[in-house]
Amino acid sequence: MSGEQETVDLEGLVSKALEGINYSISREKGYVEVSVPLESLREAALRLKNAGFDHVKSLTIVDYIKKGEFKAMYIVSSYLSEELSGGLIALSTTVKRDKAKLPSLSDVWISLLFQEREVYEMFGIEFEGHPDLRLLLLAPHIAELKPLRKEFIVKEEPIIRKPK
Amino acid sequence: MKDPEAREEPSSGAKIGLPGFKVRKIEEEVYEVFIGPQHPGSGHMRLITRIDGDVIVDIDPDIGYVHRTMEKLAEGREYIKNIPLFERMAIHDACNVTVPYVRAVEKLLGVDPPPRAKYLRSLLCEINRIAAHLYGFGIMGIFIGHSTMYMWSFGDREVFIDLAERLTGARQTHSYPVFGGVKRDMPQGFPEMARKAVRYMRKRLPEYEKIFFENPVVRDRLEGVGVIPRQVAAELGLVGPTARGSSIKYDARLAEGYDAYPELDFEIPVYTEGDSLARTYVKIEEIKQSLNIIEQCVSWLETREREAPMHPKFWEKSPPLWKKVYQETGRIKLLPIFASLKVPPGRAVARGETARGEIIYYVESDGSTKPYRVRIVSPSFRNLPVFKYIVPGHRVMDLPAIYGSIDYFPPEADR
Repeated sequence: MSGEQETVDLEGLVSKALEGINYSISREKGYVEVSVPLESLREAALRLKNAGFDHVKSLTIVDYIKKGEFKAMYIVSSYLSEELSGGLIALSTTVKRDKAKLPSLSDVWISLLFQEREVYEMFGIEFEGHPDLRLLLLAPHIAELKPLRKEFIVKEEPIIRKPK
Repeated sequence: MKDPEAREEPSSGAKIGLPGFKVRKIEEEVYEVFIGPQHPGSGHMRLITRIDGDVIVDIDPDIGYVHRTMEKLAEGREYIKNIPLFERMAIHDACNVTVPYVRAVEKLLGVDPPPRAKYLRSLLCEINRIAAHLYGFGIMGIFIGHSTMYMWSFGDREVFIDLAERLTGARQTHSYPVFGGVKRDMPQGFPEMARKAVRYMRKRLPEYEKIFFENPVVRDRLEGVGVIPRQVAAELGLVGPTARGSSIKYDARLAEGYDAYPELDFEIPVYTEGDSLARTYVKIEEIKQSLNIIEQCVSWLETREREAPMHPKFWEKSPPLWKKVYQETGRIKLLPIFASLKVPPGRAVARGETARGEIIYYVESDGSTKPYRVRIVSPSFRNLPVFKYIVPGHRVMDLPAIYGSIDYFPPEADR
C-alpha cells in the first residue's frame, strides 16, 4: 500500500529481543504480529519495552466465540527512537473465554492503564495486578452485559415500519 | 458514580451547593470537588479532584458521558455505513478521523486510490486540521477568560468550513473518503477560493499572536504550566501537539506516509519546553504548515486532467451516464456496489494524524459485508493520562489552561 515506511528490520529486532521465548511471527497488513503463549506474555512485554517499544497504541481484544477464546493484541511502537516509530508490532496472546484473566501490563507500559480498564468493562476480562481496576466508560448495569462480547447483539429498530 | 455517598448528600443552604459543583470535606484541609459533567468548558466529562487549599493533590478523570460503543455498532453495519458513524467522534475533523478506517479497509480489499483522490483527501484533511485547531484555540480562549480569542477563531474557522462545504457539499461530517477514492472532485473556482482563504489566514495569524499568544496575561497562564518532560510523554503514550510540544518528533503522516503526504513538502513543528504554551505554539505552526499543504494540493490538482475519482475496480462498474456527468461537473452519486461490498477475510491496522493526534484503527473481516471487529483508539483517549499524572501539583486555575492546551475532546475520547 501507499508508502509504508519501515527503516528497520522488525523481524530481526524481535528475534533478538525475544531470544529463548517460544513465539511465532507473521506479517499482517500494516503491522507485524508476534504471538506468544500466555505464560510468557509478561516476559515478552518487558523485553520489547527494553528493546525500545516504549508505549502501547492500542490494546485490542478480538472475541473468537467459535473457538471459545479471546485474542489480546498489544499494538506497540516507539516515540523515543525515530527509527522504530515507522513500524507497528502487535504482541498477541490467546486466553480462554471462560477463564478470562490476563496479567496487567500497566506496570510495564503505563499507557495501558486506561485501556485495560476499558477492556475490563467491555469484555469482562480481569487484569491481575492492575492498581485501579474500575469501570471507566460504562454505567454498572450496562457493563454487566459485557457489550463487546459476541453473544451481546445490538437490537436496532427498523427504519421502515412494517404494514399492519 | 464512583462514590454514591457523595451524590446523595443533599446540598442545604448552609453548605456550598452549586449545580454541578459539589464540595465535600473529606479530611482536614483536603476537599473533593467535582468539576463537570455539566460542560466545564468543552464537553461532557467529570474530573473528580482533591484540593488542598488551592492546589490539586489528586485527580480522577471520569469519562464516558458521551459514550456510544461505536466499536459494537460498527459490527452490525455494512462497511460503508461505518464512515458516517465514525465521523461522529469529531465532526469538525471528519476527514482526518475516517481516512485511517477507509485505508484499513482498502488494505483488506487490496486497492489503492488514484493519485488525484489521494491529493483530494489530503486537501480536505488539512482544511479540517486548521478548522479543528481554530476550534481548539477558541475553547482554550474561553477557558482562560479571553473571549476575544473565542470570537475570532470561531469566526475564522467559518472560512475553512465554507471551503470544506464547497469541496464536499457539507460543512461538517462530509463522508468524503470512500473505499478506493473520494466522493467527488473539486468544483470550478475552488483553487482561487482556497488561495484566498490561505492568504486571509496568513494575515490573521500575526494578529492572533498579538492579541493572544503575546498577551502577558495569557502567557502568564500558559508559560511553565503543565510541563511534560519528553520521557514522561513517551511513557504515557501521548499524541499529537501534546507529544510534539514535549520534543517528541512523531507524526503519523510521516510514520505511515499515507495518501499524498509522501509527495508533499511540509515540516513537523516540535517544541522542547513541554508546557502549555509550547503545545499551543505547535498548533500555530501546524496551521502554517497546513496552509502550505493546501496551496500545494490545489496547484497539483488544477494542473492535472480530471481523472476517475476511484479505483478502476469500482469505477468501471459505474453506469456510462454517471461517468459523463462526472467528467462535466466533477460530481457523482455514491456507487451502488458499496452497499453490499464484501471484504476479503483478513486483518489490517492503519493510523492517521488527526488535529488532536494519532488515531489508530484495527479492522478484521471474516469475508462478509460487515466487519467482524473494529477497534478504535482515538487521540483524546490517549491524552487522558495527562489529567491523572500531570495536573496534580498545579493550582486549580491551571487546570483550564492545561485542559485547553491538550485540546481534550470528550466525544472523541468516549467513542
